[in-house]
Amino acid sequence: MTPKVSLRGVTKSFGTNTVLRDLSLDVAAGEVVSLIGASGSGKTTILRCINLLEQIDDGVVLLDGDEISAIGRDPNPVRRRVGIVFQSFNLFPHMSVTRNITLALTKVLGLGSEAATQRATELLTRFGLADKAGAFPDQLSGGQQQRVAIIRALAMQPEVLLLDEITSALDPELVGEVLDVVRELKGSGITLLIATHEMAFAREISDRVCFLHAGSVAEIGSPSQVFGAPRDERTQQFLRRVRSN
Amino acid sequence: MVLAAVVVFVPRMPRWDRVKKSFFDVEQMRDSLPRLLDAFWLDIKIFAWTTPAIFIAALLIALARNSRSPALFPVRMLAAAYTDVMRGVPVILWIYLVGFGVPGLGLERPFNSPLLWGSVALGMTYSGYVAEVFRAGIDSVHESQRAAARSLGLSSAQTMRHVVLPQAVRRVVPPLLNDMVSLQKDVALVSLIGPIEILRQAGIDKSKFANFTPFVLAALIFLAVTIPLTRLTDYLWHRERRRTSGTRVAA
Repeated sequence: MTPKVSLRGVTKSFGTNTVLRDLSLDVAAGEVVSLIGASGSGKTTILRCINLLEQIDDGVVLLDGDEISAIGRDPNPVRRRVGIVFQSFNLFPHMSVTRNITLALTKVLGLGSEAATQRATELLTRFGLADKAGAFPDQLSGGQQQRVAIIRALAMQPEVLLLDEITSALDPELVGEVLDVVRELKGSGITLLIATHEMAFAREISDRVCFLHAGSVAEIGSPSQVFGAPRDERTQQFLRRVRSN
Repeated sequence: MVLAAVVVFVPRMPRWDRVKKSFFDVEQMRDSLPRLLDAFWLDIKIFAWTTPAIFIAALLIALARNSRSPALFPVRMLAAAYTDVMRGVPVILWIYLVGFGVPGLGLERPFNSPLLWGSVALGMTYSGYVAEVFRAGIDSVHESQRAAARSLGLSSAQTMRHVVLPQAVRRVVPPLLNDMVSLQKDVALVSLIGPIEILRQAGIDKSKFANFTPFVLAALIFLAVTIPLTRLTDYLWHRERRRTSGTRVAA
C-alpha cells in the first residue's frame, strides 16, 4: 500500500546548518508516529517540510504517492489536507475563538459563514470549550489556547495532522487536557505525526516511535521495542538522559 | 506648576498690557472669528480629501516594500526610493515645486489649481511617512502568525489581509494618529501658494487691524479640533485593547 506520507532522502539546511540529512520515513494512513530526539535533531523541520512551510534542498516528500515537494507547485491544496499545530499555539490574537476556527473554513474551503460557525461550535462543544466561543486568545489559559489551535486545524478535516511539540510551552498541569484531545483523535482515521518530548505519552499513543539523531532516523519501531529494548546506542543514551531528569 | 507660574507672573511683566492688547484682544477675536472659521473650512476640506488618499497610497507602498517574491525586487526598489525621496525633502519645498510647477504646465481648469496640486504635494510627502509606519507595523507581526495562516491553506494575499494587516494596523494607531495631527497642521502650508485657508486669513486680518490676535485665535481653532480628535482615537484604541486582551497588570 502507498504510504500516506513519505519522505525519501530528504536534506534540508539553514545556511551552513544541515538539519535533515538524507532522511527517509514512511507513515501509513491512519498511523500514529511519534518523533523523539534531542533538541535540534530535526523533529520540527520534518513537520514543516511536510506542510511545505519549508522548502527541502534534496529528496522528495510524497503525499499518497504524489510528489508535493516539487518546486513551483501550489502548496495550498496540500495544506488543506495536512494540518499543523505549533508549539506556541499561534492563534490569531485579534480574532475571537470562533473566528480563529472559521477563517480558513470560509476563505479556503469556501464554506458559508453559518456552516463554518456550526462546524466550529460542534468541535468546541466536543472538546469542552463551548463557553469560550466568543473569547479572545489572550483571555484563555495556555491549555485552552492549544486546544483551540488543534480544533482550528481539525476543522479543516485534514487527512494528516502534524503536532509540533504541542505541550512544550504549557505548564505541567495543563499538559493533560491537551493530550486528552490527541488521545481522542487516535483511531479516527486521521494520520498523526507527533514531535514530542513527552516520552510516556509517545509510548502510550504511538503505533511506531521514530528516534531522530542529527537529522536522520537512528531507530524506528514499536513503542515497546524503542523504549523497552532500544537497539541503537544513541537511542539508549538519549533515553538514559531523559529518564535521569 | 509651570502653568500656575505663567498665570501668576506673566501679567506682572512690564509690557503685559501691550501684549494683551495686540495678542488677546477680545473685540478683535469676535470680529475675526467668522472669517477664520470660514477659512478653516478649507483646511478641513484639504485634510478630509488628503487623509484617505494618503492612507491608501501609504498602504500600497508598504505592501510593495514588504513583498517577498524575488520577481518583485524592482517594485521593492521603487517603493524604497519613493519613501526616501518624499521624506528627504521638506514638505514646503514639495508644495512649492508641485503646487506651482504642475499648474505651470498649462493644464485646463480645474487641473491647474494650486490648491489641488498643493494638496497632492502634501499627500505625496505624508504617504512616504505613513508608509514607513505601516511597514514597521507589518514587520512587527511575528512570522509564526504567517506560518499559522499559510498552514491552514490561506494564500499570501489572504494572510496579509486577514491576519497580518489587522494586527499591524492596530499596533501603529498611536504613530498614525501622530502623523494625522501633524498633517492637520501642515495643511496650513498650502496657503503659501495661494489658497486662503485659516493661517492666510489670520495673516490678512493681522495686517488689516495691526493686531496679532487672529493668530492666537487660529491656534485655538486648531487646538479645538486636534485635541478632541486625539482623545477620541485614544479612547477607541484602548477600548479595542481591553476587548481583546487578558488580565491587565495592576498599576
